[in-house]
Amino acid sequence: MTHWRTQALQRFLPWLLPLLIVAGWQLSSSTGWLSNRVMPAPGAVVEAAWQLSRSGELLHHLGISFRRAITGLIIGGGIGLVLGMISGLSRWGETLLDSTIQMARNIPHLALIPLVILWFGIDETARIFLVVLGTAFPIYLNTFHGIRGIDRNLMEMARSYGLTGWPLFAHVILPGAMPSILVGLRYSLGLMWLTLIVSETISASDGIGYLAMNAREFMQTDVVVLSILLYAALGKLADETARLLERRWLRWHPAYSKGAVT
Amino acid sequence: MSTPTNVASLYDVASPRTATTNARRAHPTGGLGLSLEGITKTFGAHQVLNHIDLDISAGQIVSIVGRSGCGKSTLLRLIAGLETHNAGRIDTNGHPLAEQTRLMFQDDRLLPWKSVINNIGLGLVGDWKARARDALAEVGLLEHADKWPAQLSGGQKQRVALARALIHQPRLLLLDEPLGALDALTRIEMQQLIERLWREHGFTMVLVTHDVAEAVQLGDRVIVLSSGRIELDQRIDLPRPRRHASPDVGAIETTVLQHVLGRNEHDATVFPASTPAATSIEGRA
Repeated sequence: MTHWRTQALQRFLPWLLPLLIVAGWQLSSSTGWLSNRVMPAPGAVVEAAWQLSRSGELLHHLGISFRRAITGLIIGGGIGLVLGMISGLSRWGETLLDSTIQMARNIPHLALIPLVILWFGIDETARIFLVVLGTAFPIYLNTFHGIRGIDRNLMEMARSYGLTGWPLFAHVILPGAMPSILVGLRYSLGLMWLTLIVSETISASDGIGYLAMNAREFMQTDVVVLSILLYAALGKLADETARLLERRWLRWHPAYSKGAVT
Repeated sequence: MSTPTNVASLYDVASPRTATTNARRAHPTGGLGLSLEGITKTFGAHQVLNHIDLDISAGQIVSIVGRSGCGKSTLLRLIAGLETHNAGRIDTNGHPLAEQTRLMFQDDRLLPWKSVINNIGLGLVGDWKARARDALAEVGLLEHADKWPAQLSGGQKQRVALARALIHQPRLLLLDEPLGALDALTRIEMQQLIERLWREHGFTMVLVTHDVAEAVQLGDRVIVLSSGRIELDQRIDLPRPRRHASPDVGAIETTVLQHVLGRNEHDATVFPASTPAATSIEGRA
């Protein structure tokens, strides 16, 4: 009896604070204490979402932003993965690539925006290029360290069982580096949204960032807040996807299996 | 120069002819015989193995004991092909050594991301699932086939590692202190399991251990290595399965232990059983 009551309480408690904030927010808007120009009422945000969904605008912008993000991630992540593997698997690769990549990695990629606009103008390529830059490095670093961190003893065992080349890579190296690669993916997902928001607010004619900037011009604070909330939701979605991959690919790992004690 | 090999040859009665008189004659082609000639290994300035000559007949269990750093693991890893020697040769009568040899390590070295059954099938191609299940059944873990290694106990993991080695039907099985990390009871169970599988499969076995009791329990011969040389090559003709702590076993253990500890303790009276034990072994030979 007390047991299920405790459980129910534990489920409810994390939501208590957000609910109180929204209630307070709504209250101060309704009483006129919080100006609509500063912050729209929660109800207004919901209404804006409803209006934009009905016209199909919301889905349109959402779809475009999502496509940019995924395209950039696939290209950037792919480059990071391949370069990380080259550096991780061969000393020559490391000597050749690693110091250059470490230098490039330390340049804030958003600092390149003026140059990127000069190169690509303000079209699609510029935005995807920035996302590629943002997502490649975390995956590179974690792939490299994941491969280098594989237990030497396991490698020795696999070799003594006659594994070389592709089988060695597929059965030992890749799964061994996977926990680290997925950590890299999580970092990349965060940087993916960050980069996209910035590049869409600077120069775009569609996408969530554009939606927010356009709304600002017309003082539609409700749409601005809605855009911000959408980014939060997309970020959460990306994180859940990474979590799902971890649960699926790292099932063997005691730390990721369900009901882990530690 | 009085080399330790001279000392060893005093005890060395393990000629191929006497080896065939043992129980594993049922599998005449099972084991791989090999002979090491003048094996020398140095790491930098440190000489780990110094002209080791050792004949191992097919189907024999050879236990190698010695203090830490005596070169016993290095010797095993040389035979396994994980290290290269500086001088000498390993002769297997033309058989390819690497393909017919499997090594079991002190730690289980199971791939944590593969289920038990897939660990056993590592490096196999084609339809190996049924064979892997047979191998798993042999070590008594069939019901754990689909578990992750992290879900098994230390002893169970070593049994999986044993099954993984056996599925390749090695003619030479090398064991590098595989039971060192197990508790006493699990260790005895594993010794019995290894002995049974050896009897059934008839492979040659080289067991490196720091446990003299284990070496005597399992070995047809016990080799004592000291500073990279063979200090003692002791034949053990006791019937199997050997009873722990029986007087015969104890006597041989005492002899071996004395050599492990160093010959300057030869005349010490701490081990009164040593003299009759030595003579009885020579009498049997």
